[in-house]
Amino acid sequence: MFEKALKGNNYYWIWLAFLGTFMAIGALCYIRQYMYGLGLTGMSRSVSWGLYISNFTFLVGVAAGGVMLVLPYYIHNYKVFGRITILGEFLAISALIMCLMFIIADLGQPTRALNVVFHPTPNSMLFWDMIVLNGYLFLNILCGWVILTAERKQVEPPKWIYIFVYISIPFAISIHTVTAMLYCGLPGRHFWLSAIIAPRFLASAFAAGPALILFACMILKRVANFDAGREATDKMVTIVLYAALINAFFVMLEFFVGFYSQIPGHMHTLQYLFAGLEHHGHVYNNLVPYMWGFVVLTLTGFTLLAVPYTRRNDLWLAIGSISMFLGLWLDKGIGFVLAGFVPTPLEEIVEYYPTLNEIMITIAVWCTGFFIMTVLYKIAMGVEHEVEA
Amino acid sequence: MDKKRREFLKIAGISTLAGLGAPAVVDRLVVGSSPLVANATTEADSGGHGNAADSHAAPAAHGEEHGAEIIKTGKRYGMVIDVKKFYDNPAMAEACVKACHAVHNVPDFPDQKEEIKWIWQTGYNNAFTEHSHYYKDESTEKNNVLVLCNHCDKPPCVRACPTKATFKNADGIVAMDYHRCIGCRFCMAACPYGSRSFNWRDPRAASNLQDLSKINRLFPTRMRGVVEKCNFCADLVGRGEQPECAKVAASSRAIVFGDLNDPNSEIRKVLKENYTIQRKPSLGTSPSVFYIV
Repeated sequence: MFEKALKGNNYYWIWLAFLGTFMAIGALCYIRQYMYGLGLTGMSRSVSWGLYISNFTFLVGVAAGGVMLVLPYYIHNYKVFGRITILGEFLAISALIMCLMFIIADLGQPTRALNVVFHPTPNSMLFWDMIVLNGYLFLNILCGWVILTAERKQVEPPKWIYIFVYISIPFAISIHTVTAMLYCGLPGRHFWLSAIIAPRFLASAFAAGPALILFACMILKRVANFDAGREATDKMVTIVLYAALINAFFVMLEFFVGFYSQIPGHMHTLQYLFAGLEHHGHVYNNLVPYMWGFVVLTLTGFTLLAVPYTRRNDLWLAIGSISMFLGLWLDKGIGFVLAGFVPTPLEEIVEYYPTLNEIMITIAVWCTGFFIMTVLYKIAMGVEHEVEA
Repeated sequence: MDKKRREFLKIAGISTLAGLGAPAVVDRLVVGSSPLVANATTEADSGGHGNAADSHAAPAAHGEEHGAEIIKTGKRYGMVIDVKKFYDNPAMAEACVKACHAVHNVPDFPDQKEEIKWIWQTGYNNAFTEHSHYYKDESTEKNNVLVLCNHCDKPPCVRACPTKATFKNADGIVAMDYHRCIGCRFCMAACPYGSRSFNWRDPRAASNLQDLSKINRLFPTRMRGVVEKCNFCADLVGRGEQPECAKVAASSRAIVFGDLNDPNSEIRKVLKENYTIQRKPSLGTSPSVFYIV
């Protein structure tokens, strides 16, 4: 079916060339980093994870979000999602590949990455993350490909594939749960040490993933003559709205616990994120604009998606879903991971400034993900149109 | 044909015997040269205590081979730091840091973003975040405290490491395998004491490691992309010596190092005679470093 990705109009090729340019720049930046070491990034002894791991965390959520299409269709036989479940599966594949690239980019000794397999360590959450991420990637490639092939041949998918589809649903939950456990099981990092992290991750994932698919559907409608259908988009909007609401609820619960209990460790990071934290006469507030960006963008997205007039307008729907997606990215893809290191275990404050090299690598990984997503969606659209014809 | 077979069997037999025997011999040798000869004599009567302590101090990864031997002796190394003695003599703390970093070839990167430290001085508030309050006495307020890896009994860094590159020895020392570390820095996020450093760039390029004659040949330099931290001078202790920082502070006994599981050891005596505190005890990591404050 790959041949379907090789035929396209000029816009398709220009878009791929655009992404390819950034991928090439990022590849050069990565070679620089590989030769010199992670000192080329803005990370330090105090803030030891940066853009790579924070984006990784967010993208695990995007990958898990695809299950919000798979579950209603396969478990509840919600036929309306029949045409778009493949978009969820292919989005998961692209997001997972980005995740793996971010992990490799973040390793100090990438050539030793397989030590995680050679010396399996079940007490490390990273070991389990490796298993569930690769497992979920495998399941999505398998299910997506078999089901799309069946659709192309206009036959029912083989019965055995449903076993893997059903397994993929708890796997989707597990990838984000285990990713949350990377953080929430660490003593001494008060901001992360909260049992609500995993559910909060899932809530924001189930908003961000479908929001990106909604946005993609609006683009596909214009460029690929593909209509997901009113009922399907309305239902996706409902999913995004509820998930975003639950996420906001969880964030506010964190505020309650911190500020009602008045325990400094539970308040410091939230203060740092939303207001700035005073320390030795200096106010540290690097992340404050991003967090208020999160609040404004998700509120904007929520309003645009919730109001029937704007929801029924393709342009407003696209703007609403992308602002929801970007807002949630600011929350989890920037704020959550970076702020966890503030204050340090010795109650000092060190702020993190990503370097240009690091930013270019990050952009390149995103572009690679969108490149893969474009190619996969192109194949899916090709099959769709072939069947219709 | 026959001759060949006989030869083969001979060689096979000998190598099997050697294979079976060698580890035992090596174990004997290792135990023979085992650390802290002074305390070793009193091991016999501390047997029961030692075993109890070791039942939860399960030997991780690399310790396994000698595990059986060490469990008999049941060591758990620890350290007591008398901060008041350092208040009286701040230069000694500086000397401890210098000596440690020199003996372990710790690269000197002055930029805070790249810095690597195994032992360093910090404010009382920073070291003891749980024991801090408004009205501290003057000397606590203005003096610094030495901090280093706590060699926790339940180390969160060991739990987090995905490759067993950091592990707890049967003698309680939390050590690093620089050749196995993949540089994921999960241990740095997990350590509640900020004791771990990462080689953001080639450590051998540091100015203090340029003069080869000043490099300690008995301890390896590291490569970039791996994590490092204080190892309680496991190599020196293994040779029956004291850790470098304890050596520097030996005359004033400001740092006492020894076996916490041996009730007759000097460190236990010091712990019995003085009120001591640990860093962040509420986290349940059971640090092996104690402070007289």
